This record gives sequence, C-alpha cells and structure tokens, in this order.
Amino acid sequence: MTGFLALLSRDLRLVWRRPGDVAVVLAFFVVATVLFPLGIGPQANILARIAAGVLWCTALFASMLSLDRLFAADYEDGSLDLLLLAPWPLELAALAKCAAHWIVTGLPLAALAPLLGVAFGLPPDALMALAATLLIGTPTLSLIGGLAASLTLGARRGGALLALLALPLCVPTLIFGAAAIETLMTGEDLLAHIAILAALALVALATTPWAMAAALRQAGE
Amino acid sequence: MSSYGVFILSAYLVVLVVLGGLTIASLSARSKVRRELAARGLDRPREQRARTT
Amino acid sequence: MADLHFLANPARFRRFSQRVLPGLTFATVLGFAVGLYLALLQSPPDYQQGETVRIMFVHVPSAWLSMAGYALLAALGASLLVWRHPLAALMARAAAPVGACFALVCLATGSLWGRPMWGAYWVWDARLTSMLLLFFLYLGHIALSRAYDDPDRGDRAAAILALVGVINLPIIKFSVDWWNTLHQPASLMRLDAPAIHPAILMPLLWMAGSFLLLFILLVLVRTETEIDRRRLEIADQNA
Repeated sequence: MTGFLALLSRDLRLVWRRPGDVAVVLAFFVVATVLFPLGIGPQANILARIAAGVLWCTALFASMLSLDRLFAADYEDGSLDLLLLAPWPLELAALAKCAAHWIVTGLPLAALAPLLGVAFGLPPDALMALAATLLIGTPTLSLIGGLAASLTLGARRGGALLALLALPLCVPTLIFGAAAIETLMTGEDLLAHIAILAALALVALATTPWAMAAALRQAGE
Repeated sequence: MSSYGVFILSAYLVVLVVLGGLTIASLSARSKVRRELAARGLDRPREQRARTT
Repeated sequence: MADLHFLANPARFRRFSQRVLPGLTFATVLGFAVGLYLALLQSPPDYQQGETVRIMFVHVPSAWLSMAGYALLAALGASLLVWRHPLAALMARAAAPVGACFALVCLATGSLWGRPMWGAYWVWDARLTSMLLLFFLYLGHIALSRAYDDPDRGDRAAAILALVGVINLPIIKFSVDWWNTLHQPASLMRLDAPAIHPAILMPLLWMAGSFLLLFILLVLVRTETEIDRRRLEIADQNA
C-alpha cells in the first residue's frame, strides 16, 4: 500500500511540475465541445437534447488524448524496469498510474462539464447528474485507457492505435453515462444508471489491473 | 426473383468478393512465401531434408 | 481441447494440415455447390420476408462464424499466455483477418437486407450495432498484433486484448441491447423468425456448414503461411 501511495504521489508531483499537460487536455475538451453548437446551430431545444451525449463523447476523447504518455515515460527512462523488479505487485503499480491519470483528467473533466452544460442550456438537475455520472464513469475510462496504453507500449502509431483499442471497450460506459442524464427528462430512475456505471467501474477495477500487469511484463522483457 | 432481386444479388456478390478475395489473397500469400523458402533451399522441414541427403 | 495439443508443434501441424487440406477443399466446394443450389433455387420464399430471406442464408452463418472466430482468438490467446504454445500466436495472427472478413460480410449483407425490409441501408438495430463493435474489436486485434517490430510482442499484446475483449463482449452486447430499446421504437421486423420452417432451415444449415469449412480452410492455409513466414524471418536473421 505504501508503494501504491508513493507511486501515486510521484505521478501527481510530476504533473504538478508541468501543469501545461493537463491544461492542454482540458482546453481540448472545452474547444471540442464548443465546436458542436457551431456545427449544429444554436437552437436551444436541439442543443439541450444532445448535450449529454456530446459532453460524454468529448470527455471520452479528452481522456484518451493524455493516455499515450501514461506508461511511455517510465518505459523510456527505465522506471518501468524498477517497477517490474519492485517487491510489490505490478498490478498495484498499474492501478496507481491509472488513479493518478483519473485525478488529473477525470476529476477536472467532471468539474468542468457542468459549466459547459450551462452553455448547452441544461437544467440544474441535469448538470448535477452530468457531474455525478462523469465522476463515476471516468475511472472506467482511465482503467480501460490505461490497459490500451500498456498494450501499445513501444508500438508504432501508438496514439491512434490506443484509441482504436480503447474506444469500443468504452461503449458501455458511454451508453449508460449519457443515458443517465436523459432519465431526468423521461422520469426514469437516475440512481439505477449510476449503480450500473459503478458496476462497470468495479468490473474494470477487478479485471484491467491483471491485464495491464501482464502487458507491462511482456513490454519489459 | 422479385423486385428485391438486386439486393439479393448484391448480397451474394459481396460474399463472393470478400470471401473469394480473402481466399485468393491467402493462397497467393502462401505460394509467395513458399517460393521464397524454396529460393533459400528451405522448402522442406528439417527431418525430411536430413532423410533425402 | 487436450487432444488438440499435438498440433502445438508447427512441423506436426504442417503435416496434419497438408493431409486434411485436399479433402477439406473438396468438401467446401461441394458444400457451397449444394448450399447455393438450395439457398438460391430450391428453397421457397418466406411468407413474411419474401425473397429477401435468401440473404439470411449468408448473413446468419457469417454472424455465427464471426462470433465463433472471436472466441477462437480468445482461446488461442489463453493458450499462448498460459502454455506459451508457439503455434497459438501464429494461428491467432492467421484467424483474426478471417474473422474480420466474416464480420464485414455480416454487416454488408445485413445492410442489404435492411434496405428492402426496413427501408434504410443502416438502422441502429441492436444486432447490427453490436456486430459493428465486434468488427472494431477485430480491427484493433489485427492492428495491435502487427504494430510491433518484434512479432512476439505483438502476438502477446493481441492475446491479452482478445481475452479482455471476450470478457467485455457480453457487457457491450447487453448495453447496446439496452440502448436500442431505449432509443428505438419496436423494430418493424426482427432479423430472426420465431420458428424456422424446415424448408428454410435446410439451406441455412448447408450454408452454415460450408461457411464453417471455408473458415477452417482459410485459417489452416493462413497458419501455414505464417509458419513459413516465421521460418523465413529466422533464416534471414541467421544468414
């Protein structure tokens, strides 16, 4: 556990010293989202209708954007070899890296999304729901993206390949995340959707660390 | 065939093009690799080569 | 599966494959001859779908085989990661494009069936959508296995991906089904009939059998190619 926390705080400190990396991801999220009203037109009813889906998709793209560096720096400077030799499980190390990724992208995205939702004319309860679903859904995206990052470590065309691998696996989270916000209009149970999102996150939490560790081991060989 | 004939015909044409194309590609790739192996004198497995020489 | 382990040795696999290929080729050609005769000429039009039911005879077998193909990829991935079977990697490399082509055939024929039946080439039907996602998973597997300079790394990364994908497929399928019922009014017509009449079932089974034989044939031929290609690479490295 101390190793987990040490690695987590190391990654967070690395980001803290170069805040530009996070800022670029968040700027991408804002710009990409703003393009949709420009492309579709400013009709308030259409924008409110598509807001949840648009914000979820752009959040998904934004979190993919920063993932290709998740393990790459450690792979290049040899830190990964030390993690492989460390006396504590590699699964925990992979989990710590994903947790750090979530703290620096998932959390700010969830915080920023309601502000953009206002621009799409979402009502206050939908804004709350948007933030809540992103908060619970983005850990799944970080875990699946982390898996794709570990699989493409050292590959040619890493970044585009990463998105090709991760996006189909993110479909369930996207579907339930975006649909949760629509429940407020249809009068369904919001909590049920949040429970399914949490279940998806738990499945990812239970399966991806093993796969990530296996991928990192064969990358280190 | 009825007025849907176009769709049925094009569906079977798709099957022919995709699966037929894959078959031809697979067979030609195999013969190409075999030719290259033969050019290097490696066209038979080790034990057979030992027996003939 | 235990008695298939004897195939794990590439040289033995090659002898096995060369022994079965002629018969398999003959059976495949024969199967398609009978299957196509039954499907196009012999079978009656369906009372609901009319003549377009003939598209089902190629659509449904390709759907079955593309799903079975992904299960095969996952099984090969497990046998590569657990037992380090050298042949499993080569066979997965050979089988992935075959499965992807069957998925593509399934999508294209489904869309050609949808135009007369649904009035549109593409409908966000739950089955078509999950087949599209399966096709993307295949593309990811193919791209990943060929993305490394060291082929062994690509094979092992793709094996992990296949195992993760096979766990995720039911979840994706479930979520797409659910999404579809949420957004779609009830379909005009389902792709499957509730009970299949024997006159429809016979050509379907013949075509499914022929597709299966073709799938096996292609995988065997392509695996042989991969073995030879690997031998070439080793010979070039040693030279």
